[in-house]
Amino acid sequence: MSVATEDPPWARRLLVTLAILLGIAIFLAPLAAIFTEALRRGLAPALEAIAEPDALAAMRLTLLVAAIAVPVNAIGGVAASWAIAKFDFAGKRLLVTLIELPFAVSPVISGLVYVLIFGAQGWFGGWLREHDIQIIFALPGLVLATTFVTFPFVARTLLPLMQEQGREEEEAAATLGAGGLQTFFRVTLPNVKWALLGGILLCNARAMGEFGAVAVVSGHIRGATNTMPLHVEILYNEYMFVGAFAVASLLALLGLVTLGAKALLEYWTARPMGVEA
Amino acid sequence: MTVEIEAVTRDFGTAATPALRGVSMTLRQGEFVALLGPSGSGKTTLLRILAGLDFPDAGRVLIGGRDVAQVPARARNVGVVFQNYALFRHLTVFENVAFGLRVRPRAKRPDNAEIARRVQELLALVQIPELESRYPEQISGGQRQRVALARALAIEPQLLLLDEPFGALDALVRKEVRRWVRGLHDRLGITSILVTHDQEEAMEMADRVAVMEEGRIVQFDAPHSLLDAPASAFVASFVGDANRLTGSVNGGRLGIEGLGAFDADGLPDGRTDVFVRPDEVRVVPPREGLTPGIVEWSRQADRGRWKILVAVSEHRLEGYAEQPIERGAPCAVELQAMTVFGAQGERVSLSGRLAANSAMPGV
Repeated sequence: MSVATEDPPWARRLLVTLAILLGIAIFLAPLAAIFTEALRRGLAPALEAIAEPDALAAMRLTLLVAAIAVPVNAIGGVAASWAIAKFDFAGKRLLVTLIELPFAVSPVISGLVYVLIFGAQGWFGGWLREHDIQIIFALPGLVLATTFVTFPFVARTLLPLMQEQGREEEEAAATLGAGGLQTFFRVTLPNVKWALLGGILLCNARAMGEFGAVAVVSGHIRGATNTMPLHVEILYNEYMFVGAFAVASLLALLGLVTLGAKALLEYWTARPMGVEA
Repeated sequence: MTVEIEAVTRDFGTAATPALRGVSMTLRQGEFVALLGPSGSGKTTLLRILAGLDFPDAGRVLIGGRDVAQVPARARNVGVVFQNYALFRHLTVFENVAFGLRVRPRAKRPDNAEIARRVQELLALVQIPELESRYPEQISGGQRQRVALARALAIEPQLLLLDEPFGALDALVRKEVRRWVRGLHDRLGITSILVTHDQEEAMEMADRVAVMEEGRIVQFDAPHSLLDAPASAFVASFVGDANRLTGSVNGGRLGIEGLGAFDADGLPDGRTDVFVRPDEVRVVPPREGLTPGIVEWSRQADRGRWKILVAVSEHRLEGYAEQPIERGAPCAVELQAMTVFGAQGERVSLSGRLAANSAMPGV
């Protein structure tokens, strides 16, 4: 603390206070505003807006998309980080770069790419229409876009930890007679289980909250292809502020619960984890 | 179990020279062999090839008479103690040791009661029965080393590989553990290979020591032979404790700058490497006819002697004196014997007698 003590106490206090005020202004105030706006006319209208059929459909869809995208990314993320951390192969660096691509590219562009590929005017549009397969403006498109955007979370959480842990334990397992799968399930996976859970939680939070990519491929069909973030936007654009903020509150709550779960996890395991992009 | 290594070559393609360049050696059943060499000499690569964690580019490896070229690590039944132990951090000591038994195919897997009995037996063998429910991060380095050993022994290997297993232990514990591991080896009747860069460790533990240099075995011999008859200047500098000097031979006389000229019959002309063990450097008070020097430091040593570092012109020589001589005081040195490697690598032992007509060098 020798460096810190060179500053006068009032300067330190001022800086800490400023940091806290800034945190409140940037992070907490908007969050509080969402809840206040939702409850402006009391609890009943807010609950009504949430119980409305279109809203319920949006919730179901959001949960369904997350329920598909998150397991896919958990398995894909584990596989990718396992391959990168424990094996040497040609194209390894390329794979690491590819994993970070969704972070680098705007989500809107990610969505547009799928429209370009699977949309009516897209590369496979004609073929898909002939075979009566709907990808864009339907569930498959939403799942694809969400999966793409949220892929890095699990992989980027696991990769640094796996690389730090090295290959020694896997080699020890091999000399003790363990096969590849035994080594993976008895050594590799248990060593990263908490980080994996943390990554899955982050991935889930983002999957439920994703807007940009989903907005492009959704088509905004009420009760059919609207996820919660899209539903919030529609309500807001139609000046139904209570409804918009009520659904937004619910979405924010989901995020807060995720954050709380992750904080608890870190408290239990006493090891900070997070995405290292 | 016998081990035969025949002309094994391994090139990772990442260094200027291959990691192994035609290594051959044969181990007898029950032998304790040390691979000794500086880092980068290929000893760990050789160990990994024996363990099945790496494979040679050329050459053959036979373990117990069986060619293991196609045998992966998990099917070799070779026990390995890794440098940093590589204990499974999420498993207790008990489960670490039980691992090798639990991953066996169902038909060959002992039941839980049998596994418990075997693990407890092994933990008793390595003298840490009380630690079975601890996790690796909760025990000391020495204890981890014992767990690693028990875990490697659980699969009842006929060949045990130890990769610098004592490096992480402090000096006191290390000495004790060395003796204990060697005792265990003798009791179990297994064949063991120890990788180390610590010559004292290799000399103390092994029946035979293979000295490695840049991917080759330069000498494979009993410890006393390495000391008495080093095959090259490299071995002489790496094994034992010696003052290293350079000299040149001219017409049967070996001249060492600042130390004088010595009779060197039979050595061809050219540059030479000269090794003089501290035991063969006698340090005495200044005396006519001996090379003079200045004492840099002195400390009491064994057998009532004083170990002394003497500055003789450009050289620093370690030797022994029968009486204490103060730091900074003038003294004289007498070389009683030296080992010389000639220009073509031939080894000659010389008495350190100065040549009769040698001119005394000034200091």
